[in-house]
Amino acid sequence: MSAADDGTATSRTTVERKGDREIVVTRWFDAPARLVFEAWSNPELFRQWWVPRSMGMTLYDCEMDVRTGGTYRLNFGEGMDFYGRYVEVVPGSRIVWTNEEGGDDGALTTVTFEETDGRTLLVMTERYPSAEALEAEGGAADATHETFSQLEELLGTLA
Amino acid sequence: MVQYATADLDASFAALADRTRRGVLEQLGRSERSITDLAEHFQMTLTGMRKHVGVLESAGLVVTRKVGRVRTCRIGSERLDEVAAWIDAYRQLWDERFDELDRVIDVLKKKEQVDERSR
Repeated sequence: MSAADDGTATSRTTVERKGDREIVVTRWFDAPARLVFEAWSNPELFRQWWVPRSMGMTLYDCEMDVRTGGTYRLNFGEGMDFYGRYVEVVPGSRIVWTNEEGGDDGALTTVTFEETDGRTLLVMTERYPSAEALEAEGGAADATHETFSQLEELLGTLA
Repeated sequence: MVQYATADLDASFAALADRTRRGVLEQLGRSERSITDLAEHFQMTLTGMRKHVGVLESAGLVVTRKVGRVRTCRIGSERLDEVAAWIDAYRQLWDERFDELDRVIDVLKKKEQVDERSR
C-alpha cells in the first residue's frame, strides 16, 4: 500500500477506499464553490479539463443537462459512450449522477463543493452496488495505469 | 489470512474443474479477449460465456474490465497488488484532471475580477 501513500503525500488529491463499495476523492480548490460548480456543470468548461492529455483519449461529444432528472452523454469515439442521469443537482453545492454504461454494475457518483474562506473542498464519492462491481472497475483503472506507462515509453523514444 | 487462502484455493480448483474454463484461461494466456470473442471461439452463447468468466473472476483467476459496451478479460494476478496499483492509477487520473480543472477555474476567477473592475 506504500505506493498509494507516497502518491498522496506528493499530490493534492487524496483517494481513499471506504469499506468495500466506496471510493472517496478529495481536493481543495482556491476559488469559491460557485466557480468550481460552474466549471463542472458547463459542458464547454467541463470538456476543457475532464480528459487530461495523458489519458490518450479524445472527447468527441459532450452533452450535459446538469439539473435534477437531466442526462449526460460523453462520447470518446466509436462504441465508447459514458452516460447516465443526474439524480440530484443543487447549484453551487452538490451533483449526484448515475454511471449507466456499465449496466447494473455502475457506480453512483456524488460530488460536493464546500466553501470555507473563499476556498472550496471538493469531495467526490463513487459508490458501487457491490464489492465485485468495484473490483471489476479496478481493471479499468489498472488499464489507465498501463496507458500512462505506454505513453511514458513513447515519450522516451521521442525525446 | 489462512482461511482466506483456503477459500481462494477452493474457488480456484472449482473454477478449473471445467474444461471450457481451462480453455478460456489458455486463450487469455495468449492475449486479452472480449467475452464476445470467447463465446464465438467456444461456440457458446454470450450468457453461457459470461457465467464461465464470472466463475473464473470470482476465483481471482481472471480480471475483466468494461470499456464502453465491451467487456475485456485477462488473466488475473495478485489481488492486493492490483488494488494498490488501482488506487494509485485512479489518484493519478484525478490528480491530472483536477490540475486541468484548476486552470479552468483560474480563468473564470480572472474573468470575474475583470468584470468587477469594469463595472
